[in-house]
Amino acid sequence: MTTDFLLDLAQAVTKGLLTGMVYGLMALGLSVIFGVMRVVNFAHGEMMVVGMYLAWMGFEYLEVSPLLSLPVIAAIFFAVGYGLQRSLISPFIGRPEHQQFLLLLAVAILLVNACLAIAGPDSRGVQMDSQFDSYELGPLVLDAVRLHAALAAVAIALLLWAFFTATRTGKSIRAAADNHLAALVVGLDVRRLYAFTFGVGAACVGAAGALMITIIPVTPFLAAEYTLLAFVIVIVGGLGSMTGALMGGLLIGVSEAVAGLLLQPSLKSMFSFGLLILVLLLRPQGLFGKSSS
Amino acid sequence: MSFIKRLVGGAPPRILWSLGILLVLLLVAPMMLGKYWLSVLILILYFAFVGQAWNILMGFAGQLSLGHALYAGLGGYIAAGLYFHYGIGPWAGLFAAVAVAGVAGTIVGYLGFRFSLAGVYFALLTIAFSEFTRVAFDHWEWAGGSGGLFLKVDTTTDIVNLRGGPVLFYYVILALAVGAFILCRALLESRLGRYWLAIREDAEAAQAVGVPVLRCKMIAIVISAALTALAGVWNAFYYNNLFPETAFAMGRSIEITLAPIIGGLGTLFGPIVGAVVLTGLGELFTDVGEALRIPGIKQIFYGLALLVIVVYRPAGVWPWLAERLGLKERQP
Repeated sequence: MTTDFLLDLAQAVTKGLLTGMVYGLMALGLSVIFGVMRVVNFAHGEMMVVGMYLAWMGFEYLEVSPLLSLPVIAAIFFAVGYGLQRSLISPFIGRPEHQQFLLLLAVAILLVNACLAIAGPDSRGVQMDSQFDSYELGPLVLDAVRLHAALAAVAIALLLWAFFTATRTGKSIRAAADNHLAALVVGLDVRRLYAFTFGVGAACVGAAGALMITIIPVTPFLAAEYTLLAFVIVIVGGLGSMTGALMGGLLIGVSEAVAGLLLQPSLKSMFSFGLLILVLLLRPQGLFGKSSS
Repeated sequence: MSFIKRLVGGAPPRILWSLGILLVLLLVAPMMLGKYWLSVLILILYFAFVGQAWNILMGFAGQLSLGHALYAGLGGYIAAGLYFHYGIGPWAGLFAAVAVAGVAGTIVGYLGFRFSLAGVYFALLTIAFSEFTRVAFDHWEWAGGSGGLFLKVDTTTDIVNLRGGPVLFYYVILALAVGAFILCRALLESRLGRYWLAIREDAEAAQAVGVPVLRCKMIAIVISAALTALAGVWNAFYYNNLFPETAFAMGRSIEITLAPIIGGLGTLFGPIVGAVVLTGLGELFTDVGEALRIPGIKQIFYGLALLVIVVYRPAGVWPWLAERLGLKERQP
């Protein structure tokens, strides 16, 4: 009986880890945007849902697997994110938080209701053949879709890490995040870098959306939930820290899965919010954040 | 007398006359207006009142709360629960409601301010507490759980138990809105109000010149939470139902913040002007939405309107309007 329970637990943890990697990728987008330009993207979950809908449309109308449409969706998100930052968000950088909040709230309302107007309130999912496949790892069974999504999320995160450490633009963005004034002094085009960053953050969440649709179906009402989830993850991991966002994603993914196993499933979000409150009080910089900020 | 003198001191006679006329108009409004317009006016007054309450914490003391649904929800649930289970009327129940919300505000405030969480971090803490409570109420049988708590709909006027038609609720919310307006004016003119503004502008400098920063912030959140709880009690008895999914929803918290932000943060007239603008737009877009029959179209227009206002009037509508009317509200 105990071995059964342990197996169930191990199964839940594995499932949580795999989903958590996609959560991590979503939160990474939020974290990158905040870390660089100190703007909290209150439209993050809404962007996630738009990514899910785009992948669903690609599958439904063009019969393209979400994993294949992902690069296209990420590219669209990058372009739109870049444009959005340039046109709307740029003037709000450095302004009081409540103004940024209202601006992104308006964007969020527009995005989620555009989804509602176009796709309707019904839940939309993709039916792929691989949804019935699974891999066996010893006694554990891994869903193929979850494993593929998690691997893709890790690959994208690695790509992002390479971008920020190896490319000139990536290094410049980190410089601008570190010291805005000094970046201006040495002649970096900070406005362009900010737009680029928002594009990168948007591409992350768009990609995460394309992966998420393979795991669960989408409705417009998921948006607010994902915004909150992304907040919880980045705060727990450390706002502005890339490792933190990924680790936070894993932690929340696992805690949700385990709470779903041990408690009533509806109590699982209480667990995440409890964790959020604890982290905010005891270690507001997050588990992986730098303490000086 | 000196209290009244201080309250109206410095206000141009034009404003006082206009306010007096407005009050008279509001007092006779139920006799002039039909059912629909009365319900719109009730909404406006509700958002003006609850906006005024939120404005004390954010507009005066500078602490961004995105979790005020917590206090409204607690207030509503406590008063409605006492009435539902024990027949205790809301006039007695509101003391319990205010006390519980005050305690909740104390906890959120103490934890947040003690650990000097500011800005976004404090805002996220308030969201977390509200969401945490939402899930807790989903599982609390006394409060009806996720199935909700319902009061018996009864439109025979019974002031003692706050049962009656829209006119009764109109006068109650009018009294609350007027009371909150006067309270806010008095607070702004008091030493405490000056302290708050100092904290809002620069907390470190305020601390350095001897302003008791933590205590002032605590008073702000407790007053704000208590007033918001009153709005919650009124709301529960007006709508006769409560669900955790809506009472503690982040959407409810956001709704509370909109009127003061759109109207003009930290100003006395901001929440009122914001409530008029937002409720007016909401009603207009509801009609448009019904005519177009596209799901979400109402919210799309609403989002566009918010976007236009925040891009072109980031400081709010009232400061701009006041300048147009030649009534520049003294920027304290």
